[in-house]
Amino acid sequence: MKNQVVSQELSDQASELTLDVDSVRNDFPVLHQEVHGCPLVYLDNGASSQKPEVVIQKIAEYYSEQHSNVHRGVHTLSQRATDLYEEVRENVRSLINARSTREIIYVRGTTEAINLVAFSYGMKNMQPGDEILITEMEHHSNIVPWQLLCERSGATLKIVPINDQGELIMKSYEELLTNQTKIVAVTHVSNALGTVNPVAKITEMAHAAGAVVLIDGAQGVPHKPIDVQAIGCDFYAFSGHKIYGPTGVGVLYGREVVLEEMPPWQGGGDMIKQVRLDGSEYNDLPYKFEAGTPNIAGVIGLGTAIEYVMELGLNAINKHESLLLDYALTKAEQQSGLRVIGSASERASLLSFVLDGVHPHDVGTVLDHEGVAVRAGHHCAMPVMEHFGVPATVRASWGIYNTYDELDRLFEGIDKVQELFRK
Amino acid sequence: MTELRDLYQEVIMDHNRNPRNYGCLQEASHFAEGFNPLCGDQLKLYLYINDSNTIEDVSFEGQGCAISTASASIMTEILLGLGLNEAKQYFHAFCALAIGENKHLESDVDLGKLEVLKGVSEYPARVKCATLAWHTLQAALKGEKEPAKTE
Repeated sequence: MKNQVVSQELSDQASELTLDVDSVRNDFPVLHQEVHGCPLVYLDNGASSQKPEVVIQKIAEYYSEQHSNVHRGVHTLSQRATDLYEEVRENVRSLINARSTREIIYVRGTTEAINLVAFSYGMKNMQPGDEILITEMEHHSNIVPWQLLCERSGATLKIVPINDQGELIMKSYEELLTNQTKIVAVTHVSNALGTVNPVAKITEMAHAAGAVVLIDGAQGVPHKPIDVQAIGCDFYAFSGHKIYGPTGVGVLYGREVVLEEMPPWQGGGDMIKQVRLDGSEYNDLPYKFEAGTPNIAGVIGLGTAIEYVMELGLNAINKHESLLLDYALTKAEQQSGLRVIGSASERASLLSFVLDGVHPHDVGTVLDHEGVAVRAGHHCAMPVMEHFGVPATVRASWGIYNTYDELDRLFEGIDKVQELFRK
Repeated sequence: MTELRDLYQEVIMDHNRNPRNYGCLQEASHFAEGFNPLCGDQLKLYLYINDSNTIEDVSFEGQGCAISTASASIMTEILLGLGLNEAKQYFHAFCALAIGENKHLESDVDLGKLEVLKGVSEYPARVKCATLAWHTLQAALKGEKEPAKTE
């Protein structure tokens, strides 16, 4: 009996590490189409991932059968909508291993989550002379909210530089971290380079200096198991649409003790217990930060997306994407005239590159003609572009449904670009 | 399906490889910067306009894709020797061409070699690459201090 249990566990582990990509592809209706006469190869998952049929169906079903406003009515539909909406908090909690659903705040996306923290935590705690520490590899959404906070509070923004591999220079981080540092905000995975940052170590060092830590998890959550307790961070932000869920919904995780001390940032319905004309009493967590009618269908769709990826297994997803990364890097090395931007020792599933003598925009247009969708531009990370001395890069980013054949198609497309632009 | 060669015509590839009137113009009377926030394309445009309102000299420098570089290069060729009013007519005619609306426009302007850029009208995401130089021209003529933006 015991042996049976053990072998069952082993086979669970084995199956968890393999992704049936053909079956996954069948779950995504959008993938089965032609673009410019070629089968679509979707390699723009870093910008937004596609949606499985179960998510699309769940949203359709919600609007067809269950929609009403949440937390308001005594009627049946309102209760159904509220139950569905609230159940998702447990999905999110379990996805990132938060302690409690009170720590899960629904927002519009990563950007809104960071703005919420910058405004609520920042305006309460930041004084002139205080410092906020971010890094050179941040997405604009983890730069600008802190610049705005500095303007409003008189605090100073400090930047941890990156090296030519696209990794944080940890020695500089250590030096920049002082008693003045009150907030450290850093990305888990760089959207422009793929660098995976040592967020647990970063958090440990920041806490030792007395600073709170926000991790921008927009590019982290879709690719690997996340454990916010193991990381130890105070805030972790991510978007639904990069984890195969709908756009317009995201999550701010915050440690309960930190959230409790924070004032609301938007006022309105749902975030209050009692409103009087001479003052109001705010609601408990997490509702204190959720003013107004939320994106109910989006949250419900996100819940299904989370169930979907957890069923596939984040370890299996991570393994699949890592194998594709190894393959892409080998192909890239063999391609003359191609320069990979970023070569961090730990990296996620994307390839950022430039081609000699061809602007990334032209690469993007030619690849599109071959049915290959990539991102061409600065990826909302202009300081990163500046560091590497390029105006833009081409970024191919993959996910659970991408295949080796599709990476071959990418490199065949690159051959065509080089042929067209050959002098 | 449109052919890629309709967009990347040989004339465009040639101007991209060997941009004409490239560089800084020390004696410029008019100057503007153009910026496409979407893709990071940057352009500096220098003009020397004489007392009789004729563009006597023009040059550009910057970083951009084949479409924006070729568009800027061809524009400088066209502008040389033009009067300001003619230049403005070209601006309107070219913008209409780039979005595919020139057929409906009654215009006396003969766009000449600018016609090679009409392929961009099939690529809405690339129209701004083609018009960046022209928006920068307009900013230079108006003497705007802020960089011209396509967004």
